[in-house]
Order: sequence, then structure tokens, then C-alpha cells
Amino acid sequence: MNQELLKLDQVSKTFRNDKGHAIQAVKEVSFRVMRGHSIGIVGESGCGKSTLARLITGLTPLDAGEILLEGNRICGLSGKAQRQVYRQIQMVFQDPYSAISPRMPVGTFLTEGLVHFGMISRKEAGKEAERLLQMVDLEPQLSQRLPHQLSGGQLQRVVIARAISIHPKLVILDEATSALDVSVQEQILELLVRLQKEYALTYLFIGHDLAVVRSITEEILVMKNGAIVEKLPAKTLVRDAREDYTKQLLSAVFSVREFQEP
Amino acid sequence: MAILELEHVSVSYDGQRHAVDDVSFSVEEGEIISLVGESGSGKSTLLHCMQGLLPKSAAARGKITLFGENMLELSEDRRRRMRGEQVAMIFQDTGRYMNPIARVGKQFTGYLKLHLDKSREELLELERQMLEKVHLYDVDRVLHSYPFELSGGMRQRVGIAIALSLHPRLLLADEPTSALDVTVQAQVVKELVQLCREECATIILVTHNMGVAAHISDKIGVMQNGKLVEWGSARDVIRHPQEAYTKSLLSAIVELDDEQFLCR
Repeated sequence: MNQELLKLDQVSKTFRNDKGHAIQAVKEVSFRVMRGHSIGIVGESGCGKSTLARLITGLTPLDAGEILLEGNRICGLSGKAQRQVYRQIQMVFQDPYSAISPRMPVGTFLTEGLVHFGMISRKEAGKEAERLLQMVDLEPQLSQRLPHQLSGGQLQRVVIARAISIHPKLVILDEATSALDVSVQEQILELLVRLQKEYALTYLFIGHDLAVVRSITEEILVMKNGAIVEKLPAKTLVRDAREDYTKQLLSAVFSVREFQEP
Repeated sequence: MAILELEHVSVSYDGQRHAVDDVSFSVEEGEIISLVGESGSGKSTLLHCMQGLLPKSAAARGKITLFGENMLELSEDRRRRMRGEQVAMIFQDTGRYMNPIARVGKQFTGYLKLHLDKSREELLELERQMLEKVHLYDVDRVLHSYPFELSGGMRQRVGIAIALSLHPRLLLADEPTSALDVTVQAQVVKELVQLCREECATIILVTHNMGVAAHISDKIGVMQNGKLVEWGSARDVIRHPQEAYTKSLLSAIVELDDEQFLCR
């Protein structure tokens, strides 16, 4: 298990606005993710965490540096090679309703990836959709429904099932539980941990809620203004935080527990 | 003295199901109240109907007495005069409620002019004071900006400044910090509470964030499926919740010192 799956080496990305001003969204970011582990990235709006995710998936081309998946370069690819990367890295975003066409039945959406990559035939798709729904604790009958007929929590389960269906090596979860109610969030976090164990998945979990990110990761990278300012073990995050910015993030959490304990 | 009293208030959007179902409580002057609950629990609907902001298709029953007036029977004209000076409201994203093609200063002045008979200079001075109170010190830049030129945190501070500029006695706040970053949220929540305490204004805050509610409120109401299932002092609700639903909400919150899901 102790193999390196993903490696980022000095990755940078600069955007230019229409007036020609440069904004460096990601600055010389380097880190490694071991197979079967989950790494968290925390930071506030505009810190570059989502851009970083898009660089890893190849949705946004990078300016400098290198990204390796199992030792192979996955940046600067195009065509067939790029499509193979999409198969190995899947993403789950914050709003499931924007991830699926409003007129596409849930079952079709679920098996789209499998059919596209030729992993199953169209004939098998119906049965496979039902199996995938059960994998994420949903009723197989939901397969015929349209997205608006499902709750946000149910649909996020569907999106997660689709991401995992094609056996990706890495799953990037970008604020995947941020729009959900706390009780639903808890269920989705539990689901993610169960799936990770069952399918030996590797997660990159991006979020702004330190407590949530910490709950399902082993290591946390704190990002600010495009750069990683601190790497911390998730378990001892509070104790080990040294950087002012990390401490600031920690102190901004409104804890309920401190009111419960006398 | 109770400034607001709800008696058996029910609201329905379709004539069948109740978005708010038989809710009663009263609020004393100067109290900070939080209404918590999950999406669809009716907490925002309840807040909107206190100020007569429900759509025409919605039917409200029961009685809402605010400063001695029955809000559900009040004419639109009287209600409009209450807004601003007696009751003000802030929303999740102030930017969305502002005119995108008018500068902040123009909109601020327009709002004040509706209620105050003062010269341009006096209004500008009031705007300056209010913006400084919400820690926006670069006043000229803020007033000359269009809403989209400000960050989310700045826009929300502008919203608070406008809402509090006429010294309302009651502030209704619907998820006012939910769209903000955690560090900004902490600052804005604290500023909001401090300002209202200074003015002895009453706040009714709708939030899904139990942590924020626990930190700032005197009383907490928990809503589920349109019903007010629990109501009490913040301390009692957080420490000794009576309802199973409140307990489940509290236990679902992920805390920094929890055992990790990974290890369970």
C-alpha cells in the first residue's frame, strides 16, 4: 500500500485578466499522496485550492512544474492520453444538481462513464445502475428518476457512485459536503470512508471547514494566496499548528462542544 | 417587555402542506434569538412572514404582534413605514439584493432618503459613520464601488451598515454569514452582535450553524418540518436538549476534537 500515487512538483498557475494584470493562483506547490490515503486541502475563497484540483485533473493547463500519477507525467497531455487521465482521476463538486443534466435519468448518468470507456455494454447499463445505487445505500428504483426528484444528499450519493464506478485511482472531492445539512453531511462522510476502505480509494478532500476535512483525512495542507503554508497530520492538527494563518482558521471555528462541557 | 409575539402561526404555500406549522413564541426587547434547523424546516419562511415578505401565493394564519401591530393584517403601506426604522432585514448575500448597475453610495443614499429628511452632506456623514462601524474604513472607495467590485465579506458589511443605519429596534437576519469564509464569518458575526448590543436592538437570526447560534444567542429555537420542536435559553438547548431531533442535530456536528471517521 505504501506507494506514491500522486506527486506534484513546483506546480504554478498564473491567470491574466482582460487588463493584463497577472494573478498567481497557484505558487510552486509540491506534495505527494500515497495510495489509499486521503489528503485534505483547506483554505479560504480564492486561496487556489479549486484551481489546484483543476490542474491535477487537467481541466486547466498548468504554467510550470510537473504532475505525476504513478510516476507518469499527466500534465500537458491532449486527446487520447488526456482522456485516460480522466478515467484515472475523478472529481466530485459541491453542487450535485449542476453535475448532471436536469433531463437525464439518474441511471443513465450513473453508467455514462462505464459505457463511454467501454467497460460495460449499453445492455448491461440498467443492471449496473441498480448495483451502483445500492453501493451508495439508495433504492435501485431511483434509477428512472430525474435529478430534481432526488434530494441534494441523495443526488450527491449518485455523483459519488458515478465517480467511483470506473475505478479511478484518485478521487478529488471539492467541497463535496459543504452544501449539505449537518446530518446529511455526516452520512456522506461515513459513506466516503466506507467506500474508501472497500475499493482502496485515494482521496484529495478540499474544503473550508477544518473540522470536516480533518475528520476524513490523514494529512492536511493549509493553502493561502496560492501557496501551501503548512502541512499537518490531521489527527493532531490543533496541537501541531504553528503558522499564524492556520491558528487563525482554527480559532474561527464556532465550536458547540465548548458550551456543552461545564 | 415582549416586542414580538407569535401565536399559532402557520404558513402554507400550496394550501395543503404547512411550511410553518402552529408556531408560538415571544421575544423580549434586546434579546438575541437564533432559529436553527435544516433546509426546508421553515425557518426562513417564518422570518419572512414576520415582516410581511411572503409571496402572494402563501397563506398565513395565526397572529403576529410586532410593536403592538398585527403584522398579518397590517396594510402594505403601514408595513412599509415600519420597515427600516423599526424592523430591518439582512440576507445571505446582500450583493444579490442590490442594484448591480448602481454604485453602493447611490443605493445607500436612496435608502436613507426614503426615511430621513436631511441634506446630502448629512446623509453622507451618516453613511461614513455606519461604514466605519462595520470596519470598512476605505469609505470613499466603498461608496464609489459597484456591488460586484466588493468582496463577499465587504458586501455583507455594507448590508449590515445599511440595515442598522436607521437604528431599527428589531433586526431580522437570514443566514447573514453563511456565504462567507470561516475567518470572515467569525468577524462579521461578532461585529453584528456587538453593534446590536450597543444599540439594544433585538436580533432574530436564522442559521443552520449551531455553533454560531450557541455563541451569540440568548435563546435558541429549533425547527423541524415547520414545527418549533424546542425553545429555550441557548445554554439549556445546547447543554440539555430535550428533543431527540435537537440531540441528533448536535451530534451530527463535526468538531475539531472528534474521533476521526477514518478511525471509527
